[in-house]
Amino acid sequence: MENTNKRYWRGLEELRNDEKFVKDASSEFPSAPTESQYESLVDGVGTHRRDFLKVLGFGMAAVSLAACEAPVKKAIPYVNKPEGEFPTISNWYASTYAEGGDYASILVKTREGRPIKIESNSLSKVSYGVSSRAHASLLGLYDNEKLKGPKKGEDTKVSWETVDKEIADQLGQIAAKGGAIRILTSTILSPSTKAVIADFTAKYPTTTHVVYDANSSYAIVKGNELSFGKAVIPSYDFSKAKVIVGIDGDFLGTWLAPDTFSKQFAETRRVSSDKEGKKEMSRLYQFESTLSLTGANADYRTAVKPSQIGLVAAALYNKVAAKLGGASIATPALSIPELDKAAAELVAAKGQALVVSGINDPSVQVIVNALNSLLGSYGSTINLDKPVNYRQGNDIATNQLIDEVKGGKVSALILWGANPVYDHPRGAELAGALPQVSLSVSFNDRADETSSLLKYILPAPHYLESWGDAEPVAGSYSLMQPAISLIFSTRQAQSSLLKWAGASADYHEYVKAYWRKNIYPQAGGGDFEKFWIKSLHDGVLDVASASTGAGATFAGNLPTAAAAIAKRYKASSSGLELAIFENVGLGTGFAANNPWLQENPDPITKACWDNHAGLSQKTATELGLAQGDVVKVDVKGKSVELPVIIQPGLAQGTVAVAIGFGREKAGKSANGVGKNVFPFATFTDGFLNFTPGEVTVSKTGETREIAQTQTHSTVMNRKSVLQETVLAHFQKDPMAGRFVPKIQTSEGEVDATDLSLWNGHKYKNHSWGMVIDLNTCFGCGSCVISCQNENNIPVVGRQEIINAREMHWLRIDRYYSSDADVEDLRGLEIASENPEVTFQPMLCQHCNNAPCETVCPVLATTHSSEGLNQMAYNRCVGTRYCANNCPYKVRRFNWFKYFDNDNFDYAFNNDLGKMVINPDVTVRSRGVIEKCSMCVHRIQEAKLTAKKERRRIVDGEVNVACASSCPTDAITFGDMNDPESRISKLLEVEREGRAFHMLEEINVRPQISYLTKIRNKDAAAKAEKVEKEHA
Amino acid sequence: MHVTSPVREPLIQGGKTYADVTEDICRHVEAAPTKEWKIAFGLSLIVLAYGSVCLAWTWWEGLGVWGLNKTVGWAWDITNFVWWVGIGHAGTLISAILLLFRQKWRTSINRAAEAMTIFAVICAASFILMHMGRPWMAYWALPLPNAFGSLWVNFNSPLVWDVFAISTYFSVSLVFWYIGLIPDLATIRDRATSKVSKFMYGTFAMGWDGSAKTWARYEYISLILAGLSTPLVLSVHTIVSMDFATSVIPGWHTTIFPPYFVAGAIFSGFAMVQNLMLITRVVYKLEDYITLEHIETMNKVITLTGSVVGVAYITEFFIAWYGGVEYEYYAFFNRMTGPYWWAYWAMMTCNVISPQLFWSRKLRRSITFTFFISVVVNIGMWFERFVIIVTSLHRDYIPSSWAMFSPTRYDIGDYIFSFGLFFTLFLLFSKYLPVVNMAEVKAVLRSTSAQLPAKIAGVAKVRQRGAAEPAYNKDQE
Repeated sequence: MENTNKRYWRGLEELRNDEKFVKDASSEFPSAPTESQYESLVDGVGTHRRDFLKVLGFGMAAVSLAACEAPVKKAIPYVNKPEGEFPTISNWYASTYAEGGDYASILVKTREGRPIKIESNSLSKVSYGVSSRAHASLLGLYDNEKLKGPKKGEDTKVSWETVDKEIADQLGQIAAKGGAIRILTSTILSPSTKAVIADFTAKYPTTTHVVYDANSSYAIVKGNELSFGKAVIPSYDFSKAKVIVGIDGDFLGTWLAPDTFSKQFAETRRVSSDKEGKKEMSRLYQFESTLSLTGANADYRTAVKPSQIGLVAAALYNKVAAKLGGASIATPALSIPELDKAAAELVAAKGQALVVSGINDPSVQVIVNALNSLLGSYGSTINLDKPVNYRQGNDIATNQLIDEVKGGKVSALILWGANPVYDHPRGAELAGALPQVSLSVSFNDRADETSSLLKYILPAPHYLESWGDAEPVAGSYSLMQPAISLIFSTRQAQSSLLKWAGASADYHEYVKAYWRKNIYPQAGGGDFEKFWIKSLHDGVLDVASASTGAGATFAGNLPTAAAAIAKRYKASSSGLELAIFENVGLGTGFAANNPWLQENPDPITKACWDNHAGLSQKTATELGLAQGDVVKVDVKGKSVELPVIIQPGLAQGTVAVAIGFGREKAGKSANGVGKNVFPFATFTDGFLNFTPGEVTVSKTGETREIAQTQTHSTVMNRKSVLQETVLAHFQKDPMAGRFVPKIQTSEGEVDATDLSLWNGHKYKNHSWGMVIDLNTCFGCGSCVISCQNENNIPVVGRQEIINAREMHWLRIDRYYSSDADVEDLRGLEIASENPEVTFQPMLCQHCNNAPCETVCPVLATTHSSEGLNQMAYNRCVGTRYCANNCPYKVRRFNWFKYFDNDNFDYAFNNDLGKMVINPDVTVRSRGVIEKCSMCVHRIQEAKLTAKKERRRIVDGEVNVACASSCPTDAITFGDMNDPESRISKLLEVEREGRAFHMLEEINVRPQISYLTKIRNKDAAAKAEKVEKEHA
Repeated sequence: MHVTSPVREPLIQGGKTYADVTEDICRHVEAAPTKEWKIAFGLSLIVLAYGSVCLAWTWWEGLGVWGLNKTVGWAWDITNFVWWVGIGHAGTLISAILLLFRQKWRTSINRAAEAMTIFAVICAASFILMHMGRPWMAYWALPLPNAFGSLWVNFNSPLVWDVFAISTYFSVSLVFWYIGLIPDLATIRDRATSKVSKFMYGTFAMGWDGSAKTWARYEYISLILAGLSTPLVLSVHTIVSMDFATSVIPGWHTTIFPPYFVAGAIFSGFAMVQNLMLITRVVYKLEDYITLEHIETMNKVITLTGSVVGVAYITEFFIAWYGGVEYEYYAFFNRMTGPYWWAYWAMMTCNVISPQLFWSRKLRRSITFTFFISVVVNIGMWFERFVIIVTSLHRDYIPSSWAMFSPTRYDIGDYIFSFGLFFTLFLLFSKYLPVVNMAEVKAVLRSTSAQLPAKIAGVAKVRQRGAAEPAYNKDQE
């Protein structure tokens, strides 16, 4: 029995006699688990079976607790209240909206330190109202897709110090080597900014500043240089014109300063039913290819193909010259309707006539200048001595710059407020060449199509966070001041340029110093600080200039211009032509990442969230196309696919496509919306040309639904909806065109409103109402966005617009006339080929016998003691009966939850975007009805102020968001119980005149009245037409 | 064999005795569910489940999942609501008005028709809830004392009238139906062999003892409830019609609506009764109880009410033209020729033309044809409501707001939900409750003044499950 002591080791540890092994040797489980061995539940990663119940219990408790209470978001009280800042009390700052050539003098409403609304600055003599783009620019402040700080390549963590040092070093090296430095911007209205650029240029002498506009008007500058030796765009005064002829210039929609022109034009269109009242109107002739807002408001409109449009100016010139003794020019004969009539009336209105053209062709502009010169417009309707600065772009210089970049001749490119890769026809060429530029810097607020190709993006803050100034018109200045401190780590471009130029980067002080040096002396004396504070307070400053520009003598070369026109335009063409136009809301698309703008329907097509290939019905039929067919639009090898939209009023054989769409790197609201047609534009003799000529359109076989807020275009001869007449009839009878429904009773004929089931309401205190003048509403739609902003109206997106569920409380109905007989109900659905257009703002009519109020089962909509139809969102259970029973169809239902919902990923879906919400207005929840409240929160605020001051509210103290935004004052709001109010006085005159209630015969007695639309057409022609209709 | 008048066909055929009646009807309640029933019930549960998912999504996501829009605020929801309420009317008409008019033929069908009423009203009510933007606030439509301040309902609103009308209708119908069920429940209770059945039926029979006094009370209460229900037959759909008639919308604002809606309701209700009874009759072998006479009589009612509806349609059109109101004229012009012309012509064909075919005796006694026409009538009546609601709304006063409506899968899914609910409830009813009112049918066995032979009072010779001789059969003593 040997080796009985044979041992087996349990492991090497035993053999080695490890200390740990010895210690554990006696225990059954060598390393018995202890609680502490496991990671604790709270801060560890592992879990243990013994924790199961704890986890379960905690989970249950957490879930049930979470269900009990909504998450609490921190509200931080003002422990140290900022001076001048009172919770719930808004502060107003005068400032300036200037984006490219877009200009508006504005008041910014801020609440608890955040801007929530933009209103017009009534002190301005240059800008009137606030355009939809200016309103929507507020949302741009809260766009969380902007860059949050400087960006170098892909590096977003880079500091300002680093980039400043790098760029200044490189600029120094480039300047030392004599390398070209180019600053490419859109139009800059700011004189101090130009001084900054001059300072920068002084430091780096190889710098050249190139300005370009995506919607260039360079030909006007050139035309005036050729005609008068003044390379400027003159100021126009439509208010002094009796006869206006527009040749492809949408001065009410997009051309130069549409809001200002609208205001002036409206002055000539406003008439009164008073015996002594004004009964004269200007007459507007419009010759154009696409149906523009101006064309829609013209008394006589002629559709002309793009290839003929230049000839209109020449032919008109010859006709006018023949009568006024000017030299005639050689031009192909052109026979189009209304041309002779327009010429005759222009001549008759000599001295009070105006011809404008938006055609970017200097030859046409020279002819137009000659015409105006013949007609004596200079000194009356046109002032060359008071030029406007809205378009400073130079097409030729821009093209040169692109050539230079392509040729590798540019060492440094500084880009600011411009996006040429997107909005220049040669954008693609530029994009290819940009990487060659050794130093490229962008001041744009986001990595857009161009900036993303540059080496540095140093985002400039939004204008509401910035200091600045502007000189929109010579002698008229305005100041820009920040209404909120910087949201992101941004820096004004001017500061950057100053810093690199080695000067103090404090642009605020720079502006002040600039004003002290340059503008203060013009304003004449006094204490500068007082002057400065007053200027900041007012926001505007006008330095009077007496010159009317009367002395301008035309010295252009007419035969050369005529020859150029004859070469470029054809009197007749059979091909299909492309006409690129600018959308009234979206413009050139620089602010496309703005859901308000994207959802703002085009005033004419009423379409949004897309651009389209517009075709007239006749042309579409010839091509075998219907609305919604996706077609390939092919111009000289470049092509895009667009859905067809049938557009009455388009010239036959013309395809109209809007610019401003098809952004690729603007943000989620803009990317992929529509197609970019800037590349289709061409340059003719160096001038940007939006009519690139013949185009082929071919069906792709696909279809795409079109998001239109209005799908039925004609008014179906419904006289109680829309009442209109012509001027001559109105002059004879102020009630002309009115439709007064009568009812036969046993006691004879009575007014439809004399019979009523209702007792009516007594308004002892106020009776709020509105009067909307259809004659001065040109349909621009700025009120729609103002209302959307003021009342926290959600954006619903393309699909929901297709589903006819837009939420706008205020819409503008656009109606086309129809050629059909009044009895032909099917025919009336079809609009004329060149229709008369009417715009009718439509909002809650605040009926006294409101059909909505009687049907609500829960009294969620009731009548106020001041004439308002009010909506208690909290009480609404969402039966939608009120919406069904609303004859005006102005009630809007919250089909979904439109905030905090990823299906509606617009401003209300992120914390920054929600900063735009007006705290005075409830954000409505899903399942309730909403509608126009007549800005009841504003009324309440004004009433409280008046009450505190122990007085009655004064007329004008409160205004509704739509009326305050209207450049033409088409909407008059006020207390109809106050005999001194504007509305009372207006109604007193118009009650037996133009004022009508829509759908009077159903006796709902709205608080809102409309004034009949009056066209300045010849009565005879109209009478003939009426006779024909009755024959 | 009981004796009947030589000029009238007996209401119940096949020489049934009282015992046969009990046996024939109770058999289905007492027997295990048949395969057919299980399949049908399974199918309706699947339909209900699909519909419930659609409904759940509708409520979760919001009414935007439907095809409604700013112009057309009601479409399938209210169409379905009115349609279901209308269907319900036949039951009440049969049980109340025909009771008052001593129309004895109703006894074979009133139970099922009343059940149909109740389920149809439940379906209708589900659409009231469904169409609300915030259905969880539905109780606000009730005039309940509350802590919200002085908030009250709006008694001007036809929707509040609806709330009263429908809830009254539902409760009266339910009570009427239940009271009528009590004697039959007692019969089942007494025959029941399992404790559960005995307990359940016993509970709901409420201690019915079959005494003369109980029967007398039963008769009183039936008569009282019939009296109460009779105005409801007219009022409920009148009030439903006022949802439209009191509005300002052309095509809705029409004084003809109340009678027109009531006639339409009875029209569609009878069609639905036909559909249900024709199937039940075959499946449950009740051909002797629901005879061709019944079918023919109901077809006559369908033709009558269909004609009333047809006249109403034509009157509406005449007035639209004769009244000279531009909007009204256009509303009707648009119905006929506008984008929804197909819905209009579907309505006209189904509702006006098809019931006229019943002038032919051969056709109205054809079971297949009756079934087919009943389906057609119900389709037509659905379209009637669709036409009234959608084609009036989609092009009303302001042309700029004219729009089209097209349903989404959730409009359809939520309609399917109501079918699932209806058939699930009806199948449960047909399995667990007597589909024919045994007590009342027994009463009409004696349909003439002749003396009944003694034999007729006998009980069934063969007991199915070999139970002991029932003690309740007092007649035998």
